[in-house]
Amino acid sequence: MTEYALILIGTVLVNNFVLVKFLGLCPFMGVSKKLETAAGMGLATTFVLTLSSITSWLVNQYLLVPLGIEYLRIIAFILVIAAVVQFTETVMRKSSPLLYQVLGIFLPLITTNCAVLGVALLNLQAKRSLVEATLYGFGAAVGFSLVLTLFAAVRERVAVGDVPEPFQGSAIALITAGLMSLAFMGFAGLVSS
Amino acid sequence: MAALLPLIGRRRLWTFHGGLHLPDEKALSNGRAVEGAPLPRRLIIPLLQHIGAPARPIAQVGERVLKGQLLALADGNVSACVHASSSGTLVAIEDHPVPHPSGLSAPCAVIETDGEDTWAELPEPMGGYPQLDPAEIRERIRWAGVVGLGGASFPSSVKLNPSTDHRIRTLIINGAECEPYITCDDLLMRERAGSILAGARIMRHLLGGARILIGIEDNKPEACEALRFALAETDMRGYTEIRSIPTLYPSGGEKQLIRILTGKEVPSHAIPAQIGIVCQNVGTAAAVADAVLEGRPLISRIVTVTGRAIGEPRNLEVRIGTPVSELIARAGGYRERPRKLVCGGPMMGFDLASADVPVTKSANCILALTEAEAPDPGPALACIRCGRCAEVCPAKLLPQQLYWHARAKDLDRAQDYHLFDCIECGCCAQVCPSHIPLVQYYRYAKNEVWAREQEKRSAQQARARHEARQSRLERQERERKARLRQKKASLDAAPGAGQSEQDAKKAAIAAARQRAAAKKASA
Amino acid sequence: MLTAILAMTGLSCALGLLLGYSAMRFRVEGNPIADQIDALLPQTQCGQCGHPGCRPYAEALARGEDEINKCVPGGEATLLALADLLGREPVALEIAEKPPAVAVIDEQTCIGCTLCLQACPVDAIVGAAKQLHGVIAADCTGCELCLPPCPVDCIRMVPIAADIPHWRWPYPSSKSSARATTPEHEAPQAA
Repeated sequence: MTEYALILIGTVLVNNFVLVKFLGLCPFMGVSKKLETAAGMGLATTFVLTLSSITSWLVNQYLLVPLGIEYLRIIAFILVIAAVVQFTETVMRKSSPLLYQVLGIFLPLITTNCAVLGVALLNLQAKRSLVEATLYGFGAAVGFSLVLTLFAAVRERVAVGDVPEPFQGSAIALITAGLMSLAFMGFAGLVSS
Repeated sequence: MAALLPLIGRRRLWTFHGGLHLPDEKALSNGRAVEGAPLPRRLIIPLLQHIGAPARPIAQVGERVLKGQLLALADGNVSACVHASSSGTLVAIEDHPVPHPSGLSAPCAVIETDGEDTWAELPEPMGGYPQLDPAEIRERIRWAGVVGLGGASFPSSVKLNPSTDHRIRTLIINGAECEPYITCDDLLMRERAGSILAGARIMRHLLGGARILIGIEDNKPEACEALRFALAETDMRGYTEIRSIPTLYPSGGEKQLIRILTGKEVPSHAIPAQIGIVCQNVGTAAAVADAVLEGRPLISRIVTVTGRAIGEPRNLEVRIGTPVSELIARAGGYRERPRKLVCGGPMMGFDLASADVPVTKSANCILALTEAEAPDPGPALACIRCGRCAEVCPAKLLPQQLYWHARAKDLDRAQDYHLFDCIECGCCAQVCPSHIPLVQYYRYAKNEVWAREQEKRSAQQARARHEARQSRLERQERERKARLRQKKASLDAAPGAGQSEQDAKKAAIAAARQRAAAKKASA
Repeated sequence: MLTAILAMTGLSCALGLLLGYSAMRFRVEGNPIADQIDALLPQTQCGQCGHPGCRPYAEALARGEDEINKCVPGGEATLLALADLLGREPVALEIAEKPPAVAVIDEQTCIGCTLCLQACPVDAIVGAAKQLHGVIAADCTGCELCLPPCPVDCIRMVPIAADIPHWRWPYPSSKSSARATTPEHEAPQAA
């Protein structure tokens, strides 16, 4: 039980995928202008990450390993992730067309989100069980959503403030992200693993 | 013991969040008794001096009008009547500059006074009003054009007509007069305390028998004394209380005074009637007494003319429609050139571009401020996020957040921070170290929201009309096609019938020809 | 080698079937985005955006075929609202905003030809053949589509009056101080 709790805290805070591992920065910067969009993106990524970490683990365990074609795992995982993202897109188009429209190109770009592929490969590397792998993926997504929401909230406030002209737009956003990353360094050593 | 409990509960006063201690400057103008302003040569009476629809003129241009005569009728439910403030000739109903922050003109009835000041025939005094139908009394108040004289000018007959789901338990009479410089209510309470109480008694009757609480700031001890003295001479002691409240701006705000006297807070987007309270100004109460007990319409009010630029600051009993310039002249003229001329108080008043505008029902003070009293603070600096504005806001809002979002024109976010609960008291702008015109931003934002809602409504209406037009055109097209089809079908279906018709015609023509030929032959 | 190819093909087919099924199951009818865009447009039906009405423009925007800065009557407010809704960058308006106006028919010159009646997209002109035509000011959206058809040129656009009911508090300018200076006041003689 503690194992699972530690995995969660580890992925959400200590080894946060965005601010500590620096993976998945593209949607982090691109979708964080508005809080509602960011929250929607977080949910979409959570869905994709959890589902893809389960399916990639299954594909690895029951297709790649028995047939001895582990060298094809990157291609196979990308295939799986692309399918899951497409499925998410189709569902989202039906259930929340506005969010679909607003996320725009960033929704299919979850396929190329290095965090998603990273989770799948890291699960393999650490030889986790199915449950642990699922939890790891879920935790990574929760960490991503958390940081994305926080960043969007800060960006909204900064946007109405008095930013000097050379710093407006992406510049101040990246500086803010850097400061947040510094803050998350404070979690180092929280979990001894 | 049981008798003590209500005493303990009643005597308590509450506080509201924030507020400012401002130098009250009342001593400038409260030393002299109220005097009458002289009758001006011309009275300019705006048709809109209240919240709601402008009054519709019923008097004819060129007609001789008498004092108290009805000039314009209230248009609709939320509106008020307008009367002639003196006798004379109604020379015009035309646009004239009125006291308004925009400086624009509005339709006014212009009367050239004849100096005789003859009263028109007034309706009967309703001395025995407790026996009368409340609707009749409200109709009299409505006829008299009584509006809230505390500044909001909401038609009083509407406010004194609570809906059946609100049971009014408390009537608050607002004698706080918290804004600096203004002393008109102070003098009214000192000189006409009896009228105020009589008016409150009438209002209580209209509201179904509530208790009465009169709130007066403690910088007006004479007014308090005068009212207590007058109360002792009435039969109202059983349900009326006079409370002296600590002097703090803006205690006179409706929601703030309710909080101080009863401890209750008026919910956001609600009116006090929804928590069983009605609040009326002392001036309104006196006007109600005049209307009901003497049959007199609202044609004059007390106006404070003050500021260190005025020669002899004082209070004057002014006829509605008197030009402000004549008031200033009556108060000793300008001692020095003023930097600002304000209609209202220094916190919530607005600038007057010229003194040619008339006094309206809501003009409680004319303030001529010198350079020393109102120095130019210079251009606004950047907000340093100090938070002083939030410390003083009496509505417990976050003025800093409202500022950021109003500035960025993000009206949805501004409304999330309860933009419409702002009472525009000006406390935040007063304490801002960067002297940012905060209240201007909120006023702009509120106007924008209303304008956008109005545009949305117009757009929806236009869309509905457009769609109706499209369906009408389609329907006409379909009908036209259906007619064509029918015609074509009838032609195709019976070609023989057409032929026989033609034969019959030919036969008839041949027969007519034969008859004509026969006639010719026989002739 | 062969196993690898077969396995990948098999995996792709399986995933493809799954996606095909989900595409059928979660099919989307209609265009709800267009409805939301249409709700933001001012419904003047003037055609100044290049589309024959507000609904076609909304649908073009929903398909991503057009820019958001085309609506002239909507002005800056509509531009910002569209930018907010669609997550696009607000760009400057193409054509400058005009003050809102309503059409007024000169009664002396009107010949009762009904051409303007037919042109009005919201049926704001009343009248009949050989009868006087009049514009219902409350329903007129200021689209100016009635001006070209009139053969005697008797319609003109009158800007909506700037009077107290239409006045709005202005946006505080960066130059204004907390309490603006007022014009100089004369010092009249004491009474």
